[in-house]
Amino acid sequence: MDIKAKIIDEEGFNRTLTRLAHEILEKNKGSKNLVLIGMRTRGEFIAERIMQKIKEIDKSEPSYGVLDVTLYRDDFRVRLKQPEISVTNITFDVNDRDVILIDDVLYTGRTVRAALDALMDLGRPNTIQLCVLVDRGHRELPIRADFVGKNIPTSINEEVRVRIKETDGEDGVFLVNAPSKI
Amino acid sequence: MSLSNRHLLGLNGVPKEDIQLILDTATTFREVLERPIKKVPTLQGKTIVNLFYEDSTRTRISFELAQKRLSADTINFSTSTSSVKKGETFKDTVRNIEAMKVDMIVVRHKSAGVPQYLTRISKANIINAGDGLHEHPTQGLLDMYSIKERLGKLEGLKVCIVGDIAHSRVALSNIFGLKSMGAVVSVCGPATMIPLEIASLGVKIFTNIDEALAKNDVLNVLRIQLERNAGTRIPSLREYHKYFGITSERIEKFNKEIVILHPGPINRGVELSSEVADGPYQVILDQVTNGVAVRMAVLYLLGTMH
Repeated sequence: MDIKAKIIDEEGFNRTLTRLAHEILEKNKGSKNLVLIGMRTRGEFIAERIMQKIKEIDKSEPSYGVLDVTLYRDDFRVRLKQPEISVTNITFDVNDRDVILIDDVLYTGRTVRAALDALMDLGRPNTIQLCVLVDRGHRELPIRADFVGKNIPTSINEEVRVRIKETDGEDGVFLVNAPSKI
Repeated sequence: MSLSNRHLLGLNGVPKEDIQLILDTATTFREVLERPIKKVPTLQGKTIVNLFYEDSTRTRISFELAQKRLSADTINFSTSTSSVKKGETFKDTVRNIEAMKVDMIVVRHKSAGVPQYLTRISKANIINAGDGLHEHPTQGLLDMYSIKERLGKLEGLKVCIVGDIAHSRVALSNIFGLKSMGAVVSVCGPATMIPLEIASLGVKIFTNIDEALAKNDVLNVLRIQLERNAGTRIPSLREYHKYFGITSERIEKFNKEIVILHPGPINRGVELSSEVADGPYQVILDQVTNGVAVRMAVLYLLGTMH
């Protein structure tokens, strides 16, 4: 990993998640009808952390699920590598619920588009709101986030890497040079 | 991760990693099948032909559902309603279908080797849905998936295939697949139905069903196929049932957990008693449900390969 800058450190990471949890609760007037859905793979752990925060703040436990959007992707024909597929785990009904869709980085918006389609196949939520740890710009679709941890303007040649303890052993957000395409 | 071959012709020689990948991917589709909308857009724009030169209910419906649930466009071809009746050769039929731009062909044929031949005359991905007495790989895969679903593993399990081994493509696919996954495979049936060469595949032979029940964790019970002249190798169906039929009394004698599979359609009162066919040991309908998920996995992995 060719690191250019560390943008969020461990304490910052934690503070950002705390703020996001507060914002979600504020906008939805509590957690009564809330459903948190993390997008595989890192969104899953961010959603779990936000759920812990909501539990501490609101003394309530919103439903929590994990969404795998691989089957809904639009790049099967153009990618060189076959994407790895995993399982969606949403054991509750999403009908009429307020769904908070959670991911680590918002970039082109194509993954979110896939997630919206996937969610619609599971039911008809009351609302779907998007929460991301980092918004790095360069959208290719008309999609915006409702809750943003940090806006990081980037160039196309850069990449934002979110590292999280559960999979990477540390919490932090880094700006790295994109590996050159062969 | 991708499969190492762009066709699925059989399980003979398929590496363990490929089988594992298909079984893992099937779990994803098993979840899709539990949703209110059991359809994903993954194979949108792909065209798949089901080329069935031999009758089939389960396999054909299962493949068609799997294709529809992946949003592929499907065409069904059966010999009885086609120009095959007018004498068109197999090769011409396939060439014509391919000229209509298809991406995948699912084929069932009474002759062994037809899927292999198809790979030479067509550019499409070929999936074998049963060729003669050779292989039926998706059946083997769904059997393995169902065993794993019930018992949590394949490695080290003792699995016995019971019935007319000599005339079964299901038996061969099971033997190849299960052995790759580390299971201990055996066969059981009347001597007239066990080919002598089967031992060379590394399987043990039982000629007594009670011994097979005592020494195995799983029994995959095959159908007595009267359409393949099974009647010439056994004195009568009643006698077969008496010596090789699985009944509750037989199972309960051993007082242990056993899993019974059957690829369908069942001859009730022949290879299985009705009580067993509907009882707590069998996973027959799970096999059918899992069949759709496993076929979705195979179609997905081949259809999105570059």
